[in-house]
Amino acid sequence: MKVLVCVKQTFDTEAKIELKGGVISDAGINLIINPYDEVAVEGGIQLKEKGVATEVVVISAGSDKAMDAIRTALAMGADRGILVKQDTAADEYARAVALAAAIKAENPDLVLAGHVAADDGSSQVPTRIAEILGLPHVNVMTSVEIAGGKATCTCEADGGTAVIEVALPAVISSQVSWNEPRYPSMKGIMAAKKKPVATVDAVAVENKVKIVEFALPAAKTAGIKIEDEADVCAAKLADWMKNTVKVEVK
Amino acid sequence: MAGTWVFVEQKDGNIRKVTFEMLSELKKGGDEVSAVVFGKGVEGLAPALAAAGADKVLVADDDLFAAYNTGAYVAQMVAMIKEFSPNAVLFAHSFNGRDMASRLAQKLDAGLATDAVAAEISAGKGFFTRAIYAGKALAKVEVTGSPVLATIRPGVWEVGSTAGAGEVVKVAIAATAADVYQVAKSFIPTVSARPDLSEAAVVVSGGRGCKGPEGIKLVEQLADLLGAAVGGSRASIDSGWLGHELQVGQTGKVVLPNLYVACGISGAIQHLAGMSSSKFIAAINTDTEAPIFNVSDFGVVADLFKVIPILCSELKK
Ligand SMILES: Cc1cc2nc3c(=O)[nH]c(=O)nc-3n(C[C@H](O)[C@H](O)[C@H](O)COP(=O)(O)OP(=O)(O)OC[C@H]3O[C@@H](n4cnc5c(N)ncnc54)[C@H](O)[C@@H]3O)c2cc1C
Repeated sequence: MKVLVCVKQTFDTEAKIELKGGVISDAGINLIINPYDEVAVEGGIQLKEKGVATEVVVISAGSDKAMDAIRTALAMGADRGILVKQDTAADEYARAVALAAAIKAENPDLVLAGHVAADDGSSQVPTRIAEILGLPHVNVMTSVEIAGGKATCTCEADGGTAVIEVALPAVISSQVSWNEPRYPSMKGIMAAKKKPVATVDAVAVENKVKIVEFALPAAKTAGIKIEDEADVCAAKLADWMKNTVKVEVK
Repeated sequence: MAGTWVFVEQKDGNIRKVTFEMLSELKKGGDEVSAVVFGKGVEGLAPALAAAGADKVLVADDDLFAAYNTGAYVAQMVAMIKEFSPNAVLFAHSFNGRDMASRLAQKLDAGLATDAVAAEISAGKGFFTRAIYAGKALAKVEVTGSPVLATIRPGVWEVGSTAGAGEVVKVAIAATAADVYQVAKSFIPTVSARPDLSEAAVVVSGGRGCKGPEGIKLVEQLADLLGAAVGGSRASIDSGWLGHELQVGQTGKVVLPNLYVACGISGAIQHLAGMSSSKFIAAINTDTEAPIFNVSDFGVVADLFKVIPILCSELKK
């Protein structure tokens, strides 16, 4: 079984966001694999270790810099990579079209991805890819069993936990609670340098969503802070909750 | 028909508050507002939808829609969009809402703004403000085309009292069993008497400073007194004191309550991303330097094990 894992390169979650010339500045920012996709990479590697998958291929759409994200996934244990060269300003639609075209050429049995990216927070691309490829999809999977040409997924759902089964090939997006991604070992990092990475150009399509402007939210400012005995602190906090916030006490 | 549609988020006849929020917000504009409800035996939901502002209630009632499944829901929505040509269709930014809207958008070769916190919609055009980098920045985007598609974050709008006529329109069922590609094996509802984290008006969260289940119990006591949802920092989730679905932050839930109370949480940037847009923030932390105080309206530098029990009794007074 061939598994393809979609990875997006994103800003480190520690990053402080600043605007330069009206756009988000990437100056001095450490780039990482989207933490949600990292979990999908780990999941793909574990499927191979269990003998369920035979090959794990990572695919990323982005600039040349995204090669680092691919190399990191290869160092974790993925077998090879595909970089789909695309302008970083591509929207979810253009991203999905580009990725789907490259994925189609690979004809995988399973496509994995994180259910959301920590940068744009869109949660669209895996589902869009499934639609383009005419495949079933499942979102926000927290664990999966693969057997008999089917994937049985336990998923975080609105108001509970759902178990959903789909026939393979399918696209499954995962939640971070699926697993704990490994750190690449020194040996893995060395091995990754020799693993093949193909580069293809993205299918050119126009964005459907246009950015009008970026802004930073109004900075929250510190309010009242009291340092006193616990009973004084508690009384003052209760007073603030009742009179300023106007909470309802049950 | 045109007008703007709101896809109704409901489960077993219980409508989620975000649906009412969307109806009420759209009702303030001039366009006709329709609530679109899929399910089995759901016509009875019309009066509640009308009360929140629905001029029309489009009902697709069929066994096929008894529980959410992407294939049948999207097929039905595509057929309805073709027949009625709405200007815009808004969904809740819930798990189901984003799932359905994403597949629908791609089927229609359309753009989609997910997790919007503000919207300006006119015929054939929609401007949406989206919180990106988990709220560290905002992006205003334009979605063109017809219909304009978006998912809206719960809690950004208020439920109003301007009612619509709520005229029920039963629509033809276009989806078939062949459209279904996900087999629902089971659904285990979260048994909690507390409100949903992403919709709660008050959230009380516990972090590593709770030191264990005992400290979390105090957080829960305070939460129950305030009718609040319980949340946590990643430290308390990773320690196994709270379920993963309760994590607040960049890799957890983004919450927008009226009041957020952070107990024993330092205020790491990834945590702040999930809660700093709350209307009021209170913090209880022993470390006067904790970054959580930089975003708190009311901070107390004290031991949560001492403060919370007294706070509870003070609140009851
Ligand atoms: C990729 C990535 C994603 C992440 N995503 C998230 C996320 O979504 N959400 C999240 O929360 N974190 C996230 N984190 C983790 C984040 O960086 C912090 O490690 C985490 O938020 C810390 O949790 P905490 O504040 O509970 O613990 P700590 O930082 O250890 O803070 C504990 C606090 O408790 C206080 N304290 C101790 N004892 C008491 C007492 N008796 N009474 C009162 N106060 C006390 C201490 O002074 C301290 O300030 C992420 C990290 C990474 C790398």
